[in-house]
Amino acid sequence: MVDTNNRSSELLETLQKECGDELQDSVIERGDVVVTVVPENLTKLLTTCKNSPSLAFNLLADLTAVDWMDLRDERFEVVYQLLSISKLWRVSVKVAVSESNPEIPSIVSLWAGASFMEREVWDMFGIRFQGHPDLRRILMYEEFVGHPLRKDYPVQGKQPRIPLRAPEVENTARQMNRPDLVTIRARSRSRGADSLSAVGQGSTK
Amino acid sequence: MNDGKLLEVDLGVGGISTNVRPRALGDDLHSETMVVNLGPAHPATHGTIRIVAELSGEKIVDADVDVGYLHRGFEKMSETVDYNQVMPYTDRLNYVSPAINNFGWCLTIEKLLEIEVPKRAQYIRVILSEISRVADHLTCLGASAMELGAFTVMLYMMEAREDLWDLIEEVTGARLTVSYGRVGGVKEDLTPGFAERAQVAFKKVRAHLVNCDRLLTRNRIFIDRMCDIAVLSADEAINMSLTGPLLRASGVKHDLRKATPYSSYEEFEFDVPVGTKGDNYDRFLVRFAEMEESLKICEQALARLPEGPIVVSDPHVALVPKDEVYNSIDGMINHFELVMYGVKPPKGSVYNAIEGANGELGFYVVSDGTGRPYRAHVRAPSFIHMGAMRKMILGANISDIVPTFGMINMIGGECDR
Repeated sequence: MVDTNNRSSELLETLQKECGDELQDSVIERGDVVVTVVPENLTKLLTTCKNSPSLAFNLLADLTAVDWMDLRDERFEVVYQLLSISKLWRVSVKVAVSESNPEIPSIVSLWAGASFMEREVWDMFGIRFQGHPDLRRILMYEEFVGHPLRKDYPVQGKQPRIPLRAPEVENTARQMNRPDLVTIRARSRSRGADSLSAVGQGSTK
Repeated sequence: MNDGKLLEVDLGVGGISTNVRPRALGDDLHSETMVVNLGPAHPATHGTIRIVAELSGEKIVDADVDVGYLHRGFEKMSETVDYNQVMPYTDRLNYVSPAINNFGWCLTIEKLLEIEVPKRAQYIRVILSEISRVADHLTCLGASAMELGAFTVMLYMMEAREDLWDLIEEVTGARLTVSYGRVGGVKEDLTPGFAERAQVAFKKVRAHLVNCDRLLTRNRIFIDRMCDIAVLSADEAINMSLTGPLLRASGVKHDLRKATPYSSYEEFEFDVPVGTKGDNYDRFLVRFAEMEESLKICEQALARLPEGPIVVSDPHVALVPKDEVYNSIDGMINHFELVMYGVKPPKGSVYNAIEGANGELGFYVVSDGTGRPYRAHVRAPSFIHMGAMRKMILGANISDIVPTFGMINMIGGECDR
């Protein structure tokens, strides 16, 4: 336990030296280093954490959010867990996000692994990540209304019935953000089944 | 793949070399791509997952990995029950190695409470975790081998898994949904004679592993399907947040049991196998080697199992013994309080990660001082690994999806939560 605390205070000192200007607050909570940052400084802080050799946070372990409802001024809090594989230390980075404009910069360009995690937070909390290449729902379906992990979403919330979907292929083409495929499918369908076989190798059976 | 270039083939008919230029495929055929939908209910995807692949011939040029078909709202449900009642929900995350999930959750709450469990409980946790880890790897490798045609291997591995699950059943009372962890310790002690029966079971498992090794590791078909498929370099793997066997297969020696030991893992001797290339074959080898290491840890823990209590003696954390409940007013009140209101950790938030069978299994828990978690989040390795799947299968053949998916070892319950 003593060893952990020493490592934590060493990390805290390094963090304050490397990116002291960006830190809003930095504490040791139950042996873990927790830093708070405002959304404007988030990208800068995480870039320093990743690229500075003395910090060497090369792996984004986790990204999630907390809905504080009325308990705090800013309703949401996004929490990043960084891990350094060489230094074997961790830091939690917390950033407060307002309810009126739930938007923070995406960090997919820093860590490709953030893509799924940010999509999950968008899906569950409705926090948008600016610059995310493909911000869609991930665990819930596209037609889902609301964001289930918000505290004001009821535990047994009911959802409206969704209309029948477009034909599967067309739908997947649209999901893949490929308008060209959507038009190809539409064209094939309008020609009817006979012309489908004439399209050749590329068409579906 | 000849990349559309014309082939120069030397037929060598009758000793005279003849240069012919056969027409390349696709010269005058349509080169339109085809979108193929795989899943969510597909026999080769053990788990509900949908992959929409855009194919040019057999080559995957684009893919969309669609998860979430098994979403049950673990995190939302956890906010409605007390800390010990979350235990059955954690069973259903990675349901092939549920004991590890139990202990991951317990360790997080114990970190929130700032308590340490007795040594014997730590050792029992290690034993159960490692048995579960072997069972998990057996399931992963057995199912993957079956999908590549090696049905015998699957049967051998399932038989070995049965032996291990018998051990787990003997201690916990259940094969899959064990609910064996408790905040502050474990539910029950090991059964008398467990160590001897474990030895017998391990011997059987090892015999099966030798057979499977003979059937797979140097099998030409298996190697052809696994080698150089879905290669990820160490940097790519780290950038994709991969952990566990996938990260180690890419050559990064990172195992939380060694890096930041918990539950007395620092007291056991074991190796961390790493791969060199980061392809599917390395992932197979790493998992295979890890099973032997896990069995070694189990044997050491069983040999040195300390005596003592299996839960902490704090009546605000763990249930007091029954004779105290019935014979003293304090015991009765403590029992009532704990059952009605649950463990009440002080306010705060904590992230704790352990080495799950698939990688870093982390829990982020926010306590508001009441008996129920204000927010519980699980960092599920399968979910994050599925985020890397698109990159792994791009440029590969459609037949490579199945072994790649098998080596990621996505467990639906954990991925979709």
